[in-house]
Amino acid sequence: MSGPSTYVPKSGFEKWLDTRLPVVRFMNDTLVDFPTPKNLNYWYTFGGILAICLVLQIVTGIILAMHYVPHVDHAFNSVERIMRDVNGGWLIRYMHSNGASMFFLAVYIHIFRGLYYGSYKAPREILWGLGVIIFLLMIITAFMGYVLPWGQMSLWGATVITNIVGAVPFIGESIKIWLLGGPSVDNATLNRFFSLHYLLPFVIAGVVILHIWALHVPGNNNPTGVEVQDVKKETLPFHPYYTVKDAFAICVFMMIFAGFVFYGPNTLGHPDNYIPANNQVTPSHIVPEWYLLPFYAILRAITFDVLIIDAKFGGVIAMAGAILILFALPWLDSSKIKSMRYRPVARMWWFAFVINFLVLAVCGAMPAEPPWTAISLISTIYYFAYFLVVLPVLGVIEKPLTPPASIADSIFKSSAHGKQVSVSPVAVAAE
Amino acid sequence: MKAFVMRRIILGSAAVVAAVMGTSSAFAATDVKHPRPVVGSWEGPLGRFDQAQLQRGFQIYKEVCSSCHSMNLLHYRNLGDEHAPFFDPKYPNPNDNPVIKAIAAQYTVNAVDPDGNSEERPGLPSDKFIAPFENRAQGQAANGGAYPPDLSVMIKARANGHDYVYSLMTGYNQPLPKGKIVSEGKYYNPYMPGGVIAMGEQLADGRVEYAETEANKGIKNTEEQMSKDVVAFLAWASDPHQTARKSTGLGVMAFLLILATFLWFSYKSVWRNVEH
Repeated sequence: MSGPSTYVPKSGFEKWLDTRLPVVRFMNDTLVDFPTPKNLNYWYTFGGILAICLVLQIVTGIILAMHYVPHVDHAFNSVERIMRDVNGGWLIRYMHSNGASMFFLAVYIHIFRGLYYGSYKAPREILWGLGVIIFLLMIITAFMGYVLPWGQMSLWGATVITNIVGAVPFIGESIKIWLLGGPSVDNATLNRFFSLHYLLPFVIAGVVILHIWALHVPGNNNPTGVEVQDVKKETLPFHPYYTVKDAFAICVFMMIFAGFVFYGPNTLGHPDNYIPANNQVTPSHIVPEWYLLPFYAILRAITFDVLIIDAKFGGVIAMAGAILILFALPWLDSSKIKSMRYRPVARMWWFAFVINFLVLAVCGAMPAEPPWTAISLISTIYYFAYFLVVLPVLGVIEKPLTPPASIADSIFKSSAHGKQVSVSPVAVAAE
Repeated sequence: MKAFVMRRIILGSAAVVAAVMGTSSAFAATDVKHPRPVVGSWEGPLGRFDQAQLQRGFQIYKEVCSSCHSMNLLHYRNLGDEHAPFFDPKYPNPNDNPVIKAIAAQYTVNAVDPDGNSEERPGLPSDKFIAPFENRAQGQAANGGAYPPDLSVMIKARANGHDYVYSLMTGYNQPLPKGKIVSEGKYYNPYMPGGVIAMGEQLADGRVEYAETEANKGIKNTEEQMSKDVVAFLAWASDPHQTARKSTGLGVMAFLLILATFLWFSYKSVWRNVEH
């Protein structure tokens, strides 16, 4: 929450610096004194977890790039060489490949948390939109990264996804050739994907800074969805209160991460990607990494032509739309109340949306044949209906509960409530 | 409310996981026979390779598999690395290990002498495993058009890699299903996708003569045993640092657990006077 800065320069050097480049003041206001609502739960620790994920990916990625060879004849073997002959290379490579999965796991939780507590609503529309841009950049970066080891899934995944561009009417084919640097996925494609895979994380880091900036103007949303009214009573300085809570959550998350890296480094990957890429042999079953499965299912769900749009291009529109629609969400949800804590009906639709998303992930992993095609289509329809019908309509017709008047009020009530339970269960029943 | 959310999420994800696992195995069943499970000593967080087994596995690769299958990602020196088949603590640098030197020297390497003429010299520990064929076309020509795949990462490159290779090696001589046609020079093996494989049965009982050492006491050279041994060797070759990885993991986990405990109590202490 931006407000008057509380920083007081202490040493002579800090005073000198503060009148020239107030960088210490800036760090102090954003990371130390930043007033944060008292009532944030653990679902709010994923922002910090994601920051750590990004740093880990960049650090491990830079080291990998020192040893990796972006050439179709050497890429596969250079990755294996990293894992066999580079000191600690297996650790760096497995951290990077599993780190991508962990990054997406955290970002999905972060996004669904935002959906649940209405964190996208005014005055946080820009904050949300920047988040969607980060998510989009993450998808592109991860997709390109998956091509680099030049295994069978790298080559064929890239072929399937770049064919998407070719589905655009009239100009698609020429754009595809321009993007690939040739008629098919080959050395030129690998080179430019490597270049862009190195570039985009820094673009993500830039947008993350904007994302945090946009967070620090209105301040955090919180589980009640009621804005902070009394900074003194309802907030705490970010440090030490949330640094220590985030640190604990990050540490627990790291244990899950380490579980994969050390005890199941290939669990989340596809075995076919340990077969060197071969453009003469198509794998029987081409699938993306698990975190892109829901969108892959939406791409394949459209199996019929609509007027002049053929099924292939229809799938492309649906898949792109599934992400782009998130930009419009702040204006689609008509409810005045942010948190689904006080929207019992909307909450049910939210749970259905989460389960629906997981069903889409399953559909994406399955071959495109009945019954999966039908399930994919139904789930895709619900995915869009949630944004285009459920949220706009519910805000008008549902009867929400009354949110607490303030955060302080909700904290007071819940602690009083806790005390009452221990004293008299009857009083609670009457409540 | 919190508990409710958690319960719903856990139940939901458990249901999805169950659905995925159930359907994927059902899907696999229609296409190819599900491999027979085999449990190796190296599996699991505390599992470790049995060095004698790795040596037997290498012997099988050397005497049987290597006549058709390359292992291009391995060097002879790798056999003497820590946790590898011929590691000897006396020789932390495997290039000094006399066993490794002797193995490498059994091969002939095409090289260039100081005068620029091509020469043939005995192999060194630093040399790559010698491949059976000069190139892919030669490999195909010698094997009825089917190229014998490189085995360096075979266990990682197949779903349930251990089970798959073990089942494939022991999956010959089974009754042909009605209507299944296996052409001349091919073999029926239900664990191979499609059921037809260009490689015949390789590890028939007695194919390899194991050395009579203390560690090999009671080990019979049956198809079953040889298949398990070669799987152990290939599992090591696919991920040679897995033992180091698992033992490092133990330390990392212990460290994170202690750190998490400290952070938890710090959190409790920092927040003790805050109503939230």
